[in-house]
Amino acid sequence: MGDPLFWHRLQFGFTITYHYLFPQLTMGLALVIVVLKALGLKTGEARYNDAARFWIRIFGINFAVGVVTGIPMEFQFGTNWAKFSHYSGGIIGQTLGMEGLFAFFLESSFLGMLIWGEKKLSPKGHFGAALALWIGSWLSGYFIIATNAFMQHPVGYTVAGDGTLQLASFWAFLLNPWAIAQYAHNMVAAVVTGSFVVAAIGAFWALKGIHPEQAKLNLRVGTVMGLIFSVLVAFPTGDIQGKLVAKHQPITLAAMEGRFESGPRAGLTLLGQPNVAERKIDNPIQVPAVLSFIAYGTFSSNVKGLLEFPEDQWPQNIELLYYSFHIMAGLGTIMIGVMGLAAFLLWRGRLDGNRPMLWVLMLVFPFPYIATTAGWAVAEFGRQPWLIYGLFRTAQGGSPTVHAGQTAFTTLGFAGIFVVLSTLFLYLIGREIAHGPSSHTA
Amino acid sequence: MEMLWFWLVSVMVAIYVVMDGFDFGAGILHLVVAKTNEERRQVLGAIGPLWDGNEVWLLAGGGSLFLAFPKVLAAGFSGFYLAMWLVVWCLMLRGISIEFRSHVQDGLWRHFWDSTFAASSVLLPVLLGAALGNVLRGVPLDATGYFGMSLWTDFRTGAHPGILDWYTVLIGVFALATVAAHGALFLAWKTGGPVHDRSKALALKLWGLVLALWIVASYATSVVNPGIFQNLPKAPLAWVATLLFLAGLALVFVGIKRERFLLAFLGSGAFIIGILAASAACVYPVMLKSTLDPAFDLTALNASVGGYGLRMGLVWWLIGFPIALGYIAFLFRFHRGKVKAAAEGDGY
Ligand code: HDD
Ligand code: HEM
Ligand code: HEM
Repeated sequence: MGDPLFWHRLQFGFTITYHYLFPQLTMGLALVIVVLKALGLKTGEARYNDAARFWIRIFGINFAVGVVTGIPMEFQFGTNWAKFSHYSGGIIGQTLGMEGLFAFFLESSFLGMLIWGEKKLSPKGHFGAALALWIGSWLSGYFIIATNAFMQHPVGYTVAGDGTLQLASFWAFLLNPWAIAQYAHNMVAAVVTGSFVVAAIGAFWALKGIHPEQAKLNLRVGTVMGLIFSVLVAFPTGDIQGKLVAKHQPITLAAMEGRFESGPRAGLTLLGQPNVAERKIDNPIQVPAVLSFIAYGTFSSNVKGLLEFPEDQWPQNIELLYYSFHIMAGLGTIMIGVMGLAAFLLWRGRLDGNRPMLWVLMLVFPFPYIATTAGWAVAEFGRQPWLIYGLFRTAQGGSPTVHAGQTAFTTLGFAGIFVVLSTLFLYLIGREIAHGPSSHTA
Repeated sequence: MEMLWFWLVSVMVAIYVVMDGFDFGAGILHLVVAKTNEERRQVLGAIGPLWDGNEVWLLAGGGSLFLAFPKVLAAGFSGFYLAMWLVVWCLMLRGISIEFRSHVQDGLWRHFWDSTFAASSVLLPVLLGAALGNVLRGVPLDATGYFGMSLWTDFRTGAHPGILDWYTVLIGVFALATVAAHGALFLAWKTGGPVHDRSKALALKLWGLVLALWIVASYATSVVNPGIFQNLPKAPLAWVATLLFLAGLALVFVGIKRERFLLAFLGSGAFIIGILAASAACVYPVMLKSTLDPAFDLTALNASVGGYGLRMGLVWWLIGFPIALGYIAFLFRFHRGKVKAAAEGDGY
């Protein structure tokens, strides 16, 4: 704990995990709101605008917390990861700069109009504000993911005379195939979060027997979008992510699966506990040959195990990586099941009256949050021990003049702020839910 | 190309100070100029739709610094570690104060956020002004290209100063007075009624204070870093900038006198931009000056990345920058006219 690196990592991991709880709902809800406003425009029915109005208020609170937790993220590159910033700023500075100029300005300019402008704007104008927010938040997602993708799979760079990285091809960097795959998967996951939250509120109102029309509407939109996007998150997007990892980060794949020995017809571990000391999985339940198929497309492919690689290139936290991956994929499967069932009941017109199903829908809304957080843990722990994969180690990246006591201080300061922020957030969201949808324009 | 990026970054920073400056100013003054809940909401209504966009100039400016001069960002941000975190915390606190205040109709709740809004709005310009003071005075950069500074040591300048010493605190106070005065003009322009009257009365006093502090701060700068003023004759841009801020200052007083507050507000914007541009022109090409040895200075030339990245950056910057200005123009048009407090449950 006297090692500053420990605190830098803890602080970055903690602050970004916290930050991302908010943007995922922002990005997901932004699409839901566009859909609702579009339906409102098309049908001219007030109930769609009433529903949109409710979600816009939730969006506003969520967005505010997203903004204030995002500010420290931007600063930490310089304050905590000075060596890394110096080394790679010529490249990742590009996307971070573009995010400010192209995405954050768009979002911040139209946010007020979306939240408070319904009376002042025409219906089309208000729809336009929703569209602007959606585009802004999804652009912001792309730029930040392209930044992260460079760290996962660096492309488009050269090494300059002083040993730092320089941009060699702007388009190769911006259209990094890893970024495109990661973006698709991540954004689809954000919509899953949004739809589950919408469905959960619908289920809550239905169970309480209040706001029946809105309950129905939210259940329908949440379930239909939830099913579509839950499927998309696994296939094709999750599948593509897995194949990319298998191709470019085979050590990470081995660690995600807790696989020590190499060999063909590799089995997919459904359950089991990695035992790193003895280099095996305890109590495994495996499906033979499926891992080979998922990773490389044929049942006979050889999947390398960790023992084939030098130990100083193993991710340091194999247990966490293994569980994170299994939690994400496991929850993903469960979520498809839940939404599949709910959509079936909806289709048969029996969802509103099916109380057990409504209870399930109300209670599963944390699942996408957990799966998303676990997914990022997979990506980030899996990238270790590298900060930029194959080029630059995490151990080289910290700020040379900042000592552990300082970083511990700021980390603990955050912990305090986050307790306060979370409490306020839950309190305000609770009030909005209790208040419910309102039919008059705010 | 390096020179161009030096100026692009400076422009973004200057715009940031002008834009976030007026909402800082509103935060500094609101306890004084707005007494009732209604009046406070009038102030919040004036800056509410704008503050986040204003702050994005800081993020975008930081991004530009990052992509063009990563070494400066790395050394500066890590060297000022604790001060940077104080800035971050104040920015966070300020953001939620503005956004959360009007969500709950309760006296205590609102008093609490009014105070945090005022406190963070006061602290931020002092800290950011002190940061500027550090850049003008110099920091103990050594052969590694990094430095580490305590928040304070003995409050004296010298080879190993603290982030806060008498000089940087002075610049911080100057910054505080300037944005308060700038904000007073903004409120005088955008509000009516008692808030307008009080802001108007304060504006004149504050600008007198700014003038006095400006003279003291300039003298102090010549003591701490005599090189700056020696550069003045060699930097034509500095002359232009000086003219700009003097003209701005004149506009401020003319505008206040004639009750043309938009004019005065534009004048105070010109004053801020001019004074920052003059400083930048005098220190160019040094971005972070070393108090130990000029050989360790980080300059626009020795700290920049290669030409290709800067060229590509310029391409998208030239596209994005006018778009950003367009949003601002649109926003100001959309919210034109004097601001009234919104009905409860609606607006800031
Ligand atoms: C609703 C959330 C969610 C769900 C159900 C899934 N994922 Fe996921 N996954 C994410 C949310 C997510 C994420 C948070 O969005 C990540 C983190 C980084 C990224 O781009 O997406 C991620 C990362 C991620 C990675 C790591 C990529 C890397 O190392 O950079 C892989 C291999 C997968 N996913 C694969 C899958 C598979 C095969 C799934 C099958 C069901 C799956 N994910 C479900
Ligand atoms: C919301 C999504 C993300 C989550 C939950 C997340 C999580 C984490 C975690 C847990 C760590 C610590 C890993 C360790 O030290 O073993 C980490 C490190 C880090 N992440 Fe992420 N991350 C996310 C997105 C990003 C993005 C988008 C970027 C870049 C733009 C990024 C850059 C970094 C950096 C620079 C570090 C520190 C160095 C390191 O430990 O590798 N992260 N992140
Ligand atoms: C190192 C990583 C990150 C940094 C530096 C960062 C920075 C920021 C900042 C400064 C803001 C506030 C913008 C404003 O003032 O309007 C913000 C908000 C946002 N961020 Fe992040 N962020 C990071 C990770 C992520 C990730 C991984 C995503 C999603 C893929 C994301 C998506 C967003 C979105 C959509 C917003 C809009 C507001 C909201 O949060 O609801 N960010 N981020």
